[in-house]
Amino acid sequence: MNILFEFGRYYKLMARMMSRPEKWPIYRKRIFEEIENLGLGSLGIVAIISVFMGAVVTIQSASNFESPLIPFYAIGVAARDSMILEFSPTVVSLILAGKVGSNIASEIGTMRVSEQIDALDIMGINSATYLILPKVLAAVFIFPFLIAISMFLGIFGGYIFGMLTGEVTSHQYIFGIQYDFRPYYVTYAFVKTVFFAFIITSVSAYHGYYTKGGALEVGQSSTRAVVYSSIVILAFNFVLTQLLLV
Amino acid sequence: MIEVKNISKSFGDRTVIKDFSFVAEAGKTNLIIGESGSGKSVTIKCIVGLLEVDRGQILYDNRDFTHMSLKEKKNIRKEIGMLFQGGALFDSMTVEQNVVFPLSMFTDMSESEKRDRANFCLSRVNLNNANKLFPAEISGGMKKRVAIARAIAVNPRYLFCDEPNSGLDPKTSLVIDHLIKEITEEYQITTIVITHDMNSVMEIGDKIAFIYNGEKAWEGTNREILDTDNQAVVDFVYAAKFMKELRKK
Repeated sequence: MNILFEFGRYYKLMARMMSRPEKWPIYRKRIFEEIENLGLGSLGIVAIISVFMGAVVTIQSASNFESPLIPFYAIGVAARDSMILEFSPTVVSLILAGKVGSNIASEIGTMRVSEQIDALDIMGINSATYLILPKVLAAVFIFPFLIAISMFLGIFGGYIFGMLTGEVTSHQYIFGIQYDFRPYYVTYAFVKTVFFAFIITSVSAYHGYYTKGGALEVGQSSTRAVVYSSIVILAFNFVLTQLLLV
Repeated sequence: MIEVKNISKSFGDRTVIKDFSFVAEAGKTNLIIGESGSGKSVTIKCIVGLLEVDRGQILYDNRDFTHMSLKEKKNIRKEIGMLFQGGALFDSMTVEQNVVFPLSMFTDMSESEKRDRANFCLSRVNLNNANKLFPAEISGGMKKRVAIARAIAVNPRYLFCDEPNSGLDPKTSLVIDHLIKEITEEYQITTIVITHDMNSVMEIGDKIAFIYNGEKAWEGTNREILDTDNQAVVDFVYAAKFMKELRKK
């Protein structure tokens, strides 16, 4: 029953969020602010994680491909497909659920407990639209760019560290990342990312929006936001993979 | 004028407001007073529509707020200014941006017009040279004054103040009280103040409703409250030993 209640309330909040904004120019400004906050603010961590993920995938692939029947360029293929299919869209989204999700939940949760959301409602402003919609639109727009950068940096990280450790040559790796490349995999990754962006922002905003109490409860909402976003991302990852890849 | 007719509100099995009625007149500061936990804040939240009433009617100048569509309610809310207990200023905005915010949302004023209006409202609450400061950088009393400036920026017809003096020293409380009264009379606003501060009651209470256990136990003016025989009111007004002795004299 509790799950049904939560789902119903989430659905109602999303329906409220989709209402027509009071004044588009203000929302447009807020969307750009959120793009900077959620997107550009996450660029550093996404870059660092991606480079090292690419490096680790390359080294692990190299150490596992012991059979002489497996060509060395397979290391490049493995690094490319791992980054595009799973590491960039899913793992980076999970990292973003931690960073962006907790940020959104604590920001909106603090606004709730300090009556700032009530103040918006009293003014006749739809607080759900004003607070959540710009974040959702910004994330849905900017996250695919972050994931594209992650894919590139991951594959590039694999190349650099593969070369530095002597596991693979430049020629073999570059041949590998071009071998049997399927552009649909990138489309699949971007479709997943758009879903994950919506999940991260909306689930986190939901937990922040319905915070009750004080500072302790804001912290709890923030934790719940990260946990639930991550679980929903993993569930949707499975569903979307079944639908798009199989 | 705001008419509250027989409203009731429960949370689960707990009834917080029972059959409460009150008429708040324009140009007067109408107070709803009572002990902590008596249902004052729930009452004001019901009146402004943050909570839905279970029964009863709320009329804003004969417009039935309880049976309005969401769109109609939004239009009424554009005529409402509210001062929250903690000020409820937007943390991410400066003092000036907080005051400009409702103007940006609901008017087509130019940037300079909005700035002029914000400066006028801030000077009206005696707050100059704080425009560029953030809420975290100003005192509690200043926050309340910014909140009043934000509330009056769009020329509201109705002003609600939830515990405007909470956390303030007696002197600053008086400043806030007088500001609320002056603004109410100057712009002929219908003002409802929720408080348990007896200084406020005596200073600005043109019309007072006393809530006890969610019910209206007494109604009158600040002159009448000192002479009433209503035991709940007497216990509230003369709670301090000093006041009890004063009453005996």
